[in-house]
Amino acid sequence: MFDTSLTVADLMFLARGAGVTLLVTAIAVVLGTLLGIAFGIFRYQVGAVWAAPLTFVLDIFRSIPLLIQLVLANAFMGMVLRWQLSGFTVACAVLTMYTAAFCAEIVRGGIEAVPLTIRRASRSLGMTWRQDMASIVVPLATRVALPSWIGLALGVMKDSALVYVVQVTELLKSTQILITRLQEPLFLLMICGAFYFLISFPLARLGGYLERRWTND
Amino acid sequence: MIEIENVRKSFGSLEVLKGIDLTVNKGEVLTVIGGSGSGKSTLLTCINGLEPINGGRIVVDGIEVHAKSTDLNKLRQKIGIVFQQFNAFPHLTVLENVTLAPRKVLGMSKAQAEEIAVRQLTHVGLGDKLGVYPTRMSGGQQQRMAIARALAMSPSYMLFDEVTSALDPMLVGEVLDTLRMLASEGMTMICVTHEMKFAREVSDRVAFFHKGVMAEIAPPAELFGAPKDPELQKFLAATH
Amino acid sequence: MFGYTFQWKQALARLPQMLDGAVVTLEIALASMVLGILLAVLLTVFRLSGNRVLAAITTTWVEIARNTPALFQIYMAHFGVASFGLHLSPFTSLLIGITFNNAGYLAENFRGALKAIPDTQARSGRSLGMTPLQSFRYVVLPQMLRIAFLPMTNQMVWAILMTSLGVTVGMNTDLYGVTQDLNALTFRTFELFAIAAVIFYLMTKTVQFGARLIAARLFRY
Repeated sequence: MFDTSLTVADLMFLARGAGVTLLVTAIAVVLGTLLGIAFGIFRYQVGAVWAAPLTFVLDIFRSIPLLIQLVLANAFMGMVLRWQLSGFTVACAVLTMYTAAFCAEIVRGGIEAVPLTIRRASRSLGMTWRQDMASIVVPLATRVALPSWIGLALGVMKDSALVYVVQVTELLKSTQILITRLQEPLFLLMICGAFYFLISFPLARLGGYLERRWTND
Repeated sequence: MIEIENVRKSFGSLEVLKGIDLTVNKGEVLTVIGGSGSGKSTLLTCINGLEPINGGRIVVDGIEVHAKSTDLNKLRQKIGIVFQQFNAFPHLTVLENVTLAPRKVLGMSKAQAEEIAVRQLTHVGLGDKLGVYPTRMSGGQQQRMAIARALAMSPSYMLFDEVTSALDPMLVGEVLDTLRMLASEGMTMICVTHEMKFAREVSDRVAFFHKGVMAEIAPPAELFGAPKDPELQKFLAATH
Repeated sequence: MFGYTFQWKQALARLPQMLDGAVVTLEIALASMVLGILLAVLLTVFRLSGNRVLAAITTTWVEIARNTPALFQIYMAHFGVASFGLHLSPFTSLLIGITFNNAGYLAENFRGALKAIPDTQARSGRSLGMTPLQSFRYVVLPQMLRIAFLPMTNQMVWAILMTSLGVTVGMNTDLYGVTQDLNALTFRTFELFAIAAVIFYLMTKTVQFGARLIAARLFRY
């Protein structure tokens, strides 16, 4: 198994793939979270009826395969609008919306988890909506939402493996290219899997730890 | 007959029963009183084998509870127990809660089990709640259902572990009434309780537990009227 | 409006083929769920067995399933297994990959559901003379099922979406595979995949709606 024809250059190739995976994930998670927070607060503020159109659109991102979302976005940009966008841009845009759709749910759930009585208490002390939001709702909602959000961020990293379909060579695609060339699938896949695992496992543990600690209060 | 001989029980380094000797005869109503941590509840869970013991023996109708050869599932059919928490099965209706064990353990037909269940539920005053889910009922009703559930197995003995402690004061009465009724029907019962008035009324004998030891046992008039043990005197003074 | 002429008719003419693909997709998702639930129960039993080796198998399985991409798991089931000389069909590889993923996530859900049911419930069953197995079967399990039902529904939705990954190991009879092949034939990429998206959407919504109906019937307490 360790008798491999993998060269240093190949390892660099894999490392570059890993870099792309992390970069796409970082962009999508940051932008998607900002959007998701905005959507989540909007949904909570205007109520279920007025938010219905937004809810419907966001739900679509959670109800069809990411692979199809990527292909459709790519085809729409390229074939229909004839915009010359790089695959990387399309990948980031789609993953951002994908992240935002899940994040909005988490944010809404977090806000709803703050008991109305607590909010009434803070308002009765003379706090404004903004003060109530900033010093009561956000800290409490974060406790509920953060573990799920960590799960979401890790989910986006794993799902970013699908952006190969818009010609972005991330880690798993890099691995597959090397598999085709070197014909050492098991060894290469184990390197690739170990990379995902080593990033995901500790963070997932952290999420689980936070969840346990904060629900025991 | 329940014979308890020199029973010892420890949780880790904490000894909660320090050699208990006690015999409960057929048809007798024994109440056990004492402060928290006196070991009185532990004794009940040992009698029906839910807890192992570290020394001594418990014999029910000639069968040693903690002997390896004893079929505990079979033995438990003889000994009903009701706990402080109602432990209703939330996914089953009142009727299903009561028929479950007769059907699955005794192998009764549905009709047969329901006949018994309806009789027991009517007996405890829940004849009109058959199709209701327990979460929709008051604590007192849930506790009476738990009693009917245990009675449906036609046990020879009933153990009651502080069955009114988790109830609102308003609801204690209805459950105690049920216990009084059982006592008057000649059921052999051991009741761990904090209700002194109840203990005085229904018991044939009252036992006082203190720090894992049975400090005094006597008929209620004697135990409440002329307590000998100094700890019991203190306990009674504090609860009155 | 666009410098592009949509040709929906041409794409819609392929609908019957795509619906055949959707049936295959549902079959794979359903099979992977049934197998996944059975394996998850087994993994949960392993975890509770008190045997270190068995518990370690569960932990390893669950953590790999949850901490690597589903696509990676499917690659392993196809290319990884192939390096042992075992060449599985795309269908088998896809089914194994999704089943592995389902079992891992579901085992974790079952663990959570089990923890949510107080010990006193099982104890009550025992005190009525039930064997440990009877007490689990009639008292604990039904309550566990209620808690685990929503996560199981979500996993079924994931399973449907994950079938689209089969194309990477050469699967071409499921909805995504069929769409891909039709695309190579007609180049109506946007139209074809839009139709596929609608079909996927309807499938996931049907599953969620059906699950809600079943839950309403099953869990009336």
